[in-house]
Amino acid sequence: MTTQIERHEYDVVVVGAGGAGLRAAIEAAEAGKRTAVISKSLFGKAHTVMAEGGIAAAMGNVNSADSWQVHFRDTMRGGKFLNNWRMAELHAQEAPQRVWELETYGALFDRTKDGTISQRNFGGHEYPRLAHVGDRTGLELIRTLQQKIVSLQQEDFAAHGDHEARLRVFAECTITELLLDTSAGATDVPTIAGAFGYRRETGDFLLFAAPAVILATGGIGKSFTVTSNSWEYTGDGHALALRAGASLINMEFIQFHPTGMVWPPSVKGVLVTESVRGDGGVLRNSEGTRFMFDYVPEVFRAQYADTEAEADRWYADQVDNKRPPELLPRDEVARAINAEVKAGRGSPHGGVFLDVSTRLPAAEIMRRLPSMHHQFKELADVDITAEPMEVGPTCHYVMGGVEVDPDTAQSRVPGLFAAGEVAGGMHGSNRLGGNSLSDLLVFGRRAGAGAAAYVDALGDDRPTITEADAEQASAAAVGPFERPDGESPYALHQELQQTMNDLVGIIRRADEIEQALHRLADLRKRAERVGARGGRHYHPGWHLALDLRNMLTVSECVAMAALERTESRGGHTRDDHPGMDTEWRQYLLTCVLRDGEVTITKQQQPPMRPDLLDLFEKAELAKYLTEPELTGHRKPGAGGGGTAAAAGTPEGHN
Amino acid sequence: MGYQASFRVWRGDVTGGQLHDFTVPVNEGEVVLDIIHRLQATQAPDLAVRWNCKAGKCGSCSAEVNGMPRLMCMTRMSTFDQAETITVTPMRTFPVMRDLVTDVSFNYTKAREIQSFAPPADLAPGEYRMRQVDVERSQEFRKCIECFLCQNTCHAIRDHEDNKQSFAGPRFLMRIAELDMHPLDTADRQRAAQEEHGLGLCNITKCCTEVCPEHIKITDNALIPLKERVVDRKYDPLVWLGNKILRR
Repeated sequence: MTTQIERHEYDVVVVGAGGAGLRAAIEAAEAGKRTAVISKSLFGKAHTVMAEGGIAAAMGNVNSADSWQVHFRDTMRGGKFLNNWRMAELHAQEAPQRVWELETYGALFDRTKDGTISQRNFGGHEYPRLAHVGDRTGLELIRTLQQKIVSLQQEDFAAHGDHEARLRVFAECTITELLLDTSAGATDVPTIAGAFGYRRETGDFLLFAAPAVILATGGIGKSFTVTSNSWEYTGDGHALALRAGASLINMEFIQFHPTGMVWPPSVKGVLVTESVRGDGGVLRNSEGTRFMFDYVPEVFRAQYADTEAEADRWYADQVDNKRPPELLPRDEVARAINAEVKAGRGSPHGGVFLDVSTRLPAAEIMRRLPSMHHQFKELADVDITAEPMEVGPTCHYVMGGVEVDPDTAQSRVPGLFAAGEVAGGMHGSNRLGGNSLSDLLVFGRRAGAGAAAYVDALGDDRPTITEADAEQASAAAVGPFERPDGESPYALHQELQQTMNDLVGIIRRADEIEQALHRLADLRKRAERVGARGGRHYHPGWHLALDLRNMLTVSECVAMAALERTESRGGHTRDDHPGMDTEWRQYLLTCVLRDGEVTITKQQQPPMRPDLLDLFEKAELAKYLTEPELTGHRKPGAGGGGTAAAAGTPEGHN
Repeated sequence: MGYQASFRVWRGDVTGGQLHDFTVPVNEGEVVLDIIHRLQATQAPDLAVRWNCKAGKCGSCSAEVNGMPRLMCMTRMSTFDQAETITVTPMRTFPVMRDLVTDVSFNYTKAREIQSFAPPADLAPGEYRMRQVDVERSQEFRKCIECFLCQNTCHAIRDHEDNKQSFAGPRFLMRIAELDMHPLDTADRQRAAQEEHGLGLCNITKCCTEVCPEHIKITDNALIPLKERVVDRKYDPLVWLGNKILRR
């Protein structure tokens, strides 16, 4: 069967049109590269719109004591020191410039009295740090980047008479396979040669010849039943990278956001922004107790309040008071809620109470949290200015992803780059709220620049696609139609979600993970038999059948890594190994595909640079690092606090 | 709690189609989009529908429910009588692709025709200073989730296909207003609003405002003020009449 394939040639193909993908495309295009953006949805609908709270960037507009060093420290603490420190460093240094740049694209953030960008408090951040627009910051980010792309296209129209001469968005298209050049060239390893996919509208096939591909496909949440993620989050980029020969790290670490809606059932998992707590909201159990005071772990004891009175004073005076424990990093709060519900102190629908109604005047709630008010009013008949919300943990974010070079975002495969949620390392074992949007901008830009530099270095020596590979990709894509009576992809998807939710969820045990792996193996066999009936024209059943393969591969990585790591850290909690282990901190678990099977290896982390170690007190480091690692710390007894913050001049600060 | 609902869903493509009857279970707290998904999973695996966030934030699942332009994810089943037959059809103003999915490329074409933000040449990134009270007006318009329900509803194009060339529609006239009210935008936009983007075709019936799921006051806060700014340069009979009536 010959199928017509629509062919294109680009310098850079960006897979994904959320914050990271669009920022990468802007950078590549501005570097003079012909760039295509492939979007599973319509342009401007990416999951980034769901981000609510803000963009973390140490601009110091609200508290001038903030600096990139403080942001770096908070990020490492939040990730329980498993983070790739170089990524955390670049992220903290460059985030302010990336936010200011958005203003030149037309973004309109909320302002301080001085007219600068306002910044709000968030979990794990020492100072008010999140640039925001009410509670719809993600929408502002995506729209701003979308409009910047339109602006670049208008410039191209003026110069070439064609809006899409240099930068084109392929809306509602899905990439199913990356294509490699395996002919031994200058390097001995296979290099990226392009990508294969289909148009969702027509089902027609697309072939991109391109020496550089940037993955910006987001996360994997659709493998879980209760999730804040949209249908697009099927781990496409993670799976594409694996199949192309790249490696994934940290796949055991999944963030369960502490506050998702729990009722009504149809919206279970939909996100309730952390800003509710940042702006004063508190968590209570069915007995009316602010239970978070009972869940402050030893490593954070010094920074969090012991009494409600002190916690409440903190909102007005952050110098003399410690933070409310509701603002602990997300993994801590999610586990605490889980424990309260298990102990029988949950709310009627199996969550806990999140109350802002007794904490702020109604008008203030409407001003700061308009979309939360709207969401609860319309979907749950709850007026958050008058009554508490019911909330519980929801699968929100995967810390694990493609292993990349921090500076260029390139993976192990030459020509393959990754940025945003699909990349791993930046957030370690747990991501702080607000660090996602900044991550998208900082590493989106770096991936765009990295890809452009890679293409420049190639010169005219471009990799080529073989027809055989294109035909194979095309045959795999039409596979489900050859089984019109095959199993329903919807039913299989539900089973997968239930398996991951129940057995590899927020609290894990070896026997349950093993059970999950058995079920996944069975599901994988059945997935080869899923079918689709009818035409290829806008056929959601067929689309899901193709996405299932990615979800299954990625779920296997999550389960295998979760079984291997015999400690509890950040977004990985083992009931049978409850403690954090300094030995384990030195290792990352790396997934690759060998002959189509996921295999895991333990890989040593590079030691942190001494000047970065010096930013912490030695006593704090001792909670995370082994004794030999501590010898890198050059200032025994010193470091940390304001002295360290003043030690360097943050890039671009004024 | 649960009951069997009667649904009529338009199915077809560019060559034509018709309403199909379904009987489908409904549970407590569900929205129309849940029911469409249940149809997909149990009765019509190839039923085409757009959706993403399922929380009213992305503006993908626009359709007409019993003839009213709505986001399916924000239309609760409890707002209907259990005996009522619920009819779901695609947005009428845009060409059908398949079932409930329409070709909304008109909107992306219009977006490209609006001149982008023109930043001040003398300010570096990080030097922008604006007062909250000054950014709030444009911020209201930036709440837009681009569901295109206003574009679908506006009779200037819904009932007059030939106006599509010359009329940007409420969403993009509002975009011009947003930029015009941006404290630091340096472009002059008022002439183009009238002469290139068809502001004069809007006769302020407020249909767009009524269907906006974000409750943006498109007509009162964006289109009428924009018309008033334009009227300094060009005579607009509607604004003239409006002013006459309001000043009485």
